[in-house]
Amino acid sequence: MSSPPTKKRLAVWKFASCDGCQLSLLDCEDELLAVGEAIDIVNFPEATRYFEPGPYDLSLVEGSVTTPHDAERIQQVRRESKFLVTIGACATAGGIQALRNFRDADVAEMASVVYASPEYVSTLETSTAISDHVAVDFELRGCPINKKQLLEVILAFLHRRKPTVSHHSVCVECKLRGNVCVMTAHGTPCLGPVTHAGCGAICPAYDRGCYGCFGPMETPNTASLARQWKALGASDDEVKRAYRSFNGYAEAFRTESEKHE
Amino acid sequence: MKLPQSALLERASFDTLLDALRRRGFKVVGPVIQDEAIVYDTVTASADLPVGWTDEQDGGHYRLKRRKDEALFGYAVGPHSWKKYLHPANLKLWDATRDAGAALRFEEGDTEKPPKLAFLGVRSCELRAIAIQDKVFMGSAFTDEHYRKRRERIFTIAVNCGTAGGTCFCVSMKTGPKVTGDVAFDLALTELLEESGHYFLITAGSEAGAEILKELPTRPATPEDLATADAVVDRTAQNMGREMPAEGLPKVLLENLEHPRWDDVAERCLSCANCTMACPTCFCTTVEDTTDLTGDHAERWRRWDSCFTLDFTYMHGGSVQQSARSRYRQWMTHKLATWHEQFGSSGCVGCGRCITWCPVGIDLTEEAAAICTVENSNTATNISEPASRDPSP
Ligand code: SF4
Ligand code: SF4
Ligand code: SF4
Repeated sequence: MSSPPTKKRLAVWKFASCDGCQLSLLDCEDELLAVGEAIDIVNFPEATRYFEPGPYDLSLVEGSVTTPHDAERIQQVRRESKFLVTIGACATAGGIQALRNFRDADVAEMASVVYASPEYVSTLETSTAISDHVAVDFELRGCPINKKQLLEVILAFLHRRKPTVSHHSVCVECKLRGNVCVMTAHGTPCLGPVTHAGCGAICPAYDRGCYGCFGPMETPNTASLARQWKALGASDDEVKRAYRSFNGYAEAFRTESEKHE
Repeated sequence: MKLPQSALLERASFDTLLDALRRRGFKVVGPVIQDEAIVYDTVTASADLPVGWTDEQDGGHYRLKRRKDEALFGYAVGPHSWKKYLHPANLKLWDATRDAGAALRFEEGDTEKPPKLAFLGVRSCELRAIAIQDKVFMGSAFTDEHYRKRRERIFTIAVNCGTAGGTCFCVSMKTGPKVTGDVAFDLALTELLEESGHYFLITAGSEAGAEILKELPTRPATPEDLATADAVVDRTAQNMGREMPAEGLPKVLLENLEHPRWDDVAERCLSCANCTMACPTCFCTTVEDTTDLTGDHAERWRRWDSCFTLDFTYMHGGSVQQSARSRYRQWMTHKLATWHEQFGSSGCVGCGRCITWCPVGIDLTEEAAAICTVENSNTATNISEPASRDPSP
């Protein structure tokens, strides 16, 4: 038996996001047809207007919850999905738009600066991760996610096994790749030691420190790394900003960033 | 066979050694500069070596610096170790295919004949590290064939260290800086930068090495040359960057599993695993299985793993070593203590990589010394108590 008896149904959902993670699915150019063979893609607004109602076997959720409407909609998505996987920093940590969560200033004021007609904008005070609203079965990290990992999650789902996705530091990938550590050899501050693996240590391979796109690793010692950054000459403000980016509202990064206010 | 006496090769003729290796089908790999560090990669000519460079090393710190001379080997070890060739970071173990009749067919994943590699510039500590991995992978009835077939085809050109690194402590581990006859090598070099010229004293350690040595345009070494070479390593030995407390270390560590210093190091340790990845003796791996979309093809890959990851001790229901404290303690007590019981030697050769490449500069010599201090040590007050083996995380 090479394929499941009935084809599973996949839905992709968009919340507040840039669409980059959904694009990773389209980006699976070589494998995309095979994915379509293996699983019915019945809702994928980034690719097509075609839509089938639920229930869905697997839902991939991109984006964070930033509007009252989305707070309702995610409940509906959860009800209709047997297995719900969040993809990307927005969905798993609130995304870059969660910077608003740190501000005491009110969101209405910000909206008035950004939008010509802010009265049309209906938004919440915060941008929150999907798991703050509903139970999530698996969180795939990254800003954006790694398409190979996305495929792996879909494959693992189809073959009823655990996805092979490591939760250790980026440093492991960096060393597996044979990179020279930019922090020790160049004095470049790097977030790799506290960041979740998944990108394959791209930035250190190109002489840059890790930006933390995949959020906190399994046991992040953010305080120790912050001390080392400061020893390398980073200011509190730089430490704060580094922790407070795409995954800035992930617990470990958020609390460390607050120590450097 | 009687191995020939040592001989002197002029710097200007150094490439004849590379030619002799190439004629025998070896690809030479050794130190080269990449991304501001000295790593191991292909060497086609002596000009590829880090000529005139050295390194400045300290906890979490590595910088290349110019030397005042044109030495070929005037630096210590860098971020890579030879294990990347002998024990590859990623290796396909097997493929499985389900054919039409639903029968499973397995195929070996690592079938290629490994290249004949000549390791150029292997330091004494590194020879020891290779010997340790030989024991791990080939020292019992259960041989790791992937390792063995690579190892068999290696030719080693060792180098006696002329410069001690800032994090080196081979002297206290009794693993260097001089290459001694009790570990296997084919040729050993000592670089001599004298007023009279730039030479290499070359000694053969095997028949294959002796054969190559015969072909090189050398001149016989005089007793003075030998004395000069000895002085080079003596000087290095006196300049070790670090020192490991030697006496009874395994016992002290195992008797102090609840020492407050473990909490202290845990507060600094990032559990990032750089130390284990950089260590030339660390050998742990994990396996990762992949399937394709049809489910008719699966692969199993082996890759380096580390005792600093949570998955490493994952058993049904969770990871045994949850805290950084238990992970660091596991790593250090294995390296410095229980390795003796398991493999008959220390697991540490004093190369200093784990110190230099730790992003926060955690220094195992310093940690070991702290645990050996009288204050808080069980050993100081209770030297005859049996070692506590409390496995609590
Ligand atoms: S460059 Fe960054 S990710 Fe790579 S080993 Fe160093 S600290 Fe870790
Ligand atoms: S434990 Fe550290 S010093 Fe010892 S062999 Fe490993 S990397 Fe080198
Ligand atoms: S000792 Fe250093 S290199 Fe090793 S896991 Fe801890 S922080 Fe990382």
